[in-house]
Amino acid sequence: MATDQEGKDDRIARISSAIRVIPDFPKPGIMFQDITTLLLDPKAFKDTIDLFVERYKGKDISVVAGIEARGFIFGPPIALAIGAKFVPMRKPKKLPGEVISEEYSLEYGTDKMEMHVGAVQAGERALVIDDLIATGGTLCAAIRLLERVGVHVVECACVIELADLKGRERLGDKQLFVLVSSL
Amino acid sequence: MSASRDDDPRIHGIKSKIRVVPNFPKPDIMFQDITTLLLDPEAFKDTIDLFVERYRGKNISVVAGIEARGFIFGPPIALAIGAKFVPLRKPKKLPGDVIREEYVLEYGRDCLEMHLGAVKPGERALVVDDLIATGGTLCAAMNLLERAEAEVVECACVIELPDLKGRERLKGKPLYVLVESH
Repeated sequence: MATDQEGKDDRIARISSAIRVIPDFPKPGIMFQDITTLLLDPKAFKDTIDLFVERYKGKDISVVAGIEARGFIFGPPIALAIGAKFVPMRKPKKLPGEVISEEYSLEYGTDKMEMHVGAVQAGERALVIDDLIATGGTLCAAIRLLERVGVHVVECACVIELADLKGRERLGDKQLFVLVSSL
Repeated sequence: MSASRDDDPRIHGIKSKIRVVPNFPKPDIMFQDITTLLLDPEAFKDTIDLFVERYRGKNISVVAGIEARGFIFGPPIALAIGAKFVPLRKPKKLPGDVIREEYVLEYGRDCLEMHLGAVKPGERALVVDDLIATGGTLCAAMNLLERAEAEVVECACVIELPDLKGRERLKGKPLYVLVESH
């Protein structure tokens, strides 16, 4: 009978092999980690969610913040399973009503991330979810938005980490949990 | 036959959590904001449950969700009914080979893309989005799935704006919604 760790390793192996690498997207030299093929495998997708839920259930987390757009795919199922609210973190001008905004650097130029005013309360415990962490810039912007309103970011959670880009270091004192590390 | 679920006790709670934001994204539009629904774990769960109860055990193997708010409702439904989730995206977001469907907006055109090979001929599919207005985006989504020879069983949305008659634009396919907003 498989031990807990063996069961977990089997799930990770299936998840990892379900991710498709697309060379030269969106530009030459980039090996794009495509999670859409993972979503086409119901068992692998379920396993992905289960691995996060097993980690976060019963930890008094009331907020799952998901980064547009692929964070919207993984965040809500986790939120539903752990009984937390889901808060979308969006590109500019997508959220109606009052928002707070955080600018962050891109390779060339800057971008902005927005969150609704009043979506979260000071003192709430939150996760930040995205499909992948690269340089960590986007995750950092999400952390800052939440912390600006007094939320405690417990952990960042991604399916994939591009370890060479050292995004983990950019998160400062915040913990990062990933299922698959890709070089 | 299309239906809405006025008689289910969970509907009232769901409807009350949807926030209407006036003059967004432009003057005179009363925007139906589902983010406030997502802030209520029970109401969000009820929303998903209502769809899952309808579609479980119906041999549906594909849930296609329209970017971006269809990505919030589609995956939980797909996971619960054991179907794959297929994101339908704005241009140039999906890597690799895609098929494209252009559609008409009030002013100008837009485009929806789906991965080649995501669905197989004969698969039974749902199309999910947060809201149906004119039906243009849902129609484009249906076209993509049908071009891949999937069978669109139904379109499912949280909210319908019936005055915009989107239901009539679905090429005879049924529409299921939880809440109507006039």
